[in-house]
Amino acid sequence: MAVEAKPESPAPIGGARRVNRPSVLSIIGLVFAGLFVLVLLRNFISDPQEFINVTLIGFTTGCVFAIVALGYTLVYGILQLINFAHGDVFALSGLFASTIMISVLNLSGDEAVVVVIIGIGATLLITAAFSSSLNASIEFLAYRRLRRQPRLTMLISAVGMSFIVQNISLYFYGVGFYRAPDGLVPTGAAFTIGEVSLGWDKVVVILITVPLLLVLTWLVRSTKQGKGMRAVAQDQDAAAMMGINVNRTISFTFLLAGGLAGFAGVMFLLQFQMRYDTGFELGLIAFTAAVLGGIGNLAGAALGGILIGCIQAWNEGLEHWTLGGDWTRSMVFGILIAILVFRPEGLLGERTPEGA
Amino acid sequence: MATESAAEPGFGDRLRGAWRDTWGRLPKRAQGLIPALLLLAGAALYPVYHDSLPTGIPVVQNFPSISTAVIMLVFMMMAVGLNIVVGYCGLLDLGYVAFYAVGAYTAGWLASGHFQQVQIHVGSAGISTELRGIHINVWVVLLLAGSVTAIAGILIGLPTLRLRGDYLAIVTLGFGEIIPQFVRNADNLGGFNLTAGTFGINPIDSPGFGTGLNESLGLPVSFQQSFDKVNLFYWSALALLLITVFCSVRLRDSRLGRAWIAIREDETAAAAMGVPLMRTKTWSYAIGAFFGGVAGAFYASFKSGAFPSEFFFNISVFLLCMVILGGMGSVWGAVVAGAILTWLNQEGLANIGSWLNDDTPLRFDVTEVQFGIYGFIIVVMMLFRPQGLIPESRHKRELEEGGLATDTLYGERHE
Repeated sequence: MAVEAKPESPAPIGGARRVNRPSVLSIIGLVFAGLFVLVLLRNFISDPQEFINVTLIGFTTGCVFAIVALGYTLVYGILQLINFAHGDVFALSGLFASTIMISVLNLSGDEAVVVVIIGIGATLLITAAFSSSLNASIEFLAYRRLRRQPRLTMLISAVGMSFIVQNISLYFYGVGFYRAPDGLVPTGAAFTIGEVSLGWDKVVVILITVPLLLVLTWLVRSTKQGKGMRAVAQDQDAAAMMGINVNRTISFTFLLAGGLAGFAGVMFLLQFQMRYDTGFELGLIAFTAAVLGGIGNLAGAALGGILIGCIQAWNEGLEHWTLGGDWTRSMVFGILIAILVFRPEGLLGERTPEGA
Repeated sequence: MATESAAEPGFGDRLRGAWRDTWGRLPKRAQGLIPALLLLAGAALYPVYHDSLPTGIPVVQNFPSISTAVIMLVFMMMAVGLNIVVGYCGLLDLGYVAFYAVGAYTAGWLASGHFQQVQIHVGSAGISTELRGIHINVWVVLLLAGSVTAIAGILIGLPTLRLRGDYLAIVTLGFGEIIPQFVRNADNLGGFNLTAGTFGINPIDSPGFGTGLNESLGLPVSFQQSFDKVNLFYWSALALLLITVFCSVRLRDSRLGRAWIAIREDETAAAAMGVPLMRTKTWSYAIGAFFGGVAGAFYASFKSGAFPSEFFFNISVFLLCMVILGGMGSVWGAVVAGAILTWLNQEGLANIGSWLNDDTPLRFDVTEVQFGIYGFIIVVMMLFRPQGLIPESRHKRELEEGGLATDTLYGERHE
């Protein structure tokens, strides 16, 4: 969305010095990337089927990351704000979805297929409505007044907001883990090719993700509202002069991002268990994904999310030359730091003043 | 007395007049110094009169215990250290807990029996020389821990300080997450036990003065073996805090400190004026980290252990909350807010919670959602009083001169 919507950058400071620096940096970066490919190749050769299975698991987890990352990227594109609270909105809406599924809709494992489909659909809609209104109210309460303030003010406010939302989850849901009703989505294989199989719970996630991405792309690319979003991202004052209601456009962006968080919450709940602080860690992973793909770039966020999901699965599932689950978090943050140091514009992004 | 005051100026009025005369005649410097000294004396004598303080005070129940006061002092120290990075230099650091962890573990390595392979004793106080492990005098370890942490700060800073604003925040957050995980997992690095994993390193030696100084001056051999152990820790923590505050204030007015503030106000302008950005920022990182490391090492020595469960992101935000509540860049703000928030964290919220449950119709467990409360404080401060409770004098001047203080809190403005 905001690929082309970067605010004009002041000439980078010390630009002259930086001319010969990237050469060293990019060599180190390439070495890292080469090692990474080497590890993958080693594993693929020794056990291709296992490798594909692990990759598919990573892909579905990555879909959730991608949806959350899109929320970060949308907000960053329009306000240049890392919305720390986004991950916690995701967690709260996931917990909310578990309430909807279990207590309101009374879904259980032995429903007919039609009921399951309608039930999940209804949960998705109700949760998305909840999370988008939550996200928009966060913007209204904590960010709107700070829009003309120095940027870090809003960032600090977002950190505070993240803690507030997390503790709201804690207050209402306690420290226990929640999950979708057992057997609601069968984990049995939907299809099997050779020894590679994919469970229904994974297929469902992909079935939700793909149309969601298409709708989102259409919304941002082809609608008037989307055009307004891109205009506001580029220059708020100019957009206002062109008759765009800036406040409403930003609220709409937050509604959209919140809705995505709600969808991601349901999708996560269908696969894993979650609790009040799930959102913090997942939010950071998703943010890493957004940065990896190039923050502000919709396609980049999706790509980054899936890549991070795969990297996580590879790290935990493959046998050779990997660090293992204990180190996943360090690895994700290591990637984040490496990306910011070696290629701050991300895989698909363009050079931004921030990252320079 | 009432009859007197009808005819001539009463005793109270005369006293007030005399007070005004003497106080007004004192030099400005003394006017500032005397309250500070009184406050310091009050703080220094706290363990002495603590037992005679009233208990059962409404709402807050009682005054903080001495051991809580030690923790308060340690966190105040860290808040002052973080204030150097966030307040002076305007670099949002969300991973300060990493420095705290590095400091605590350095103390763990250099002053405990963790490394059973070796037997090194350097001026260790009150410890049998038969014991295995590395035992360096804890006072020296504090300095070493600070230096190691400062080096860690430089290492973290070098690749990341080129980034501006929010990217820096997220990278520091990343380091704040990596280091605790490293500590948790590094009990088997190629077969070498570096951090003892989730068990943590304990026991860690406690500071002391050794038998020589004990015989000549009567100073305690080792805090751990002393009867008023907590009081000794309290006084040393107070001394460390004083040193930190002194350094912090002096640094602020130094050439380096003015460069920091210039960078905070406007990075581009500072660079144009010849302030070396990278070097100046790295210094702020290193010095901020130094104090964090000393505080961490001292705390580890006080708790007699370094445990990975103590280092998590919440602590970073908790410290950030102190700096914001006190006022970014304001040393005294960091001290006061650090004291209040740490007390709330350790005792206050529990006391207030039990007051709410016992004496009011409200039923609400405040300790459960304490970090939500800190988050709320952060948001409210940002919205309504971004300059903090005790604004830095520079900001205050700007306010009085009509400039918007928040305008220049950080160089970057949102377009």
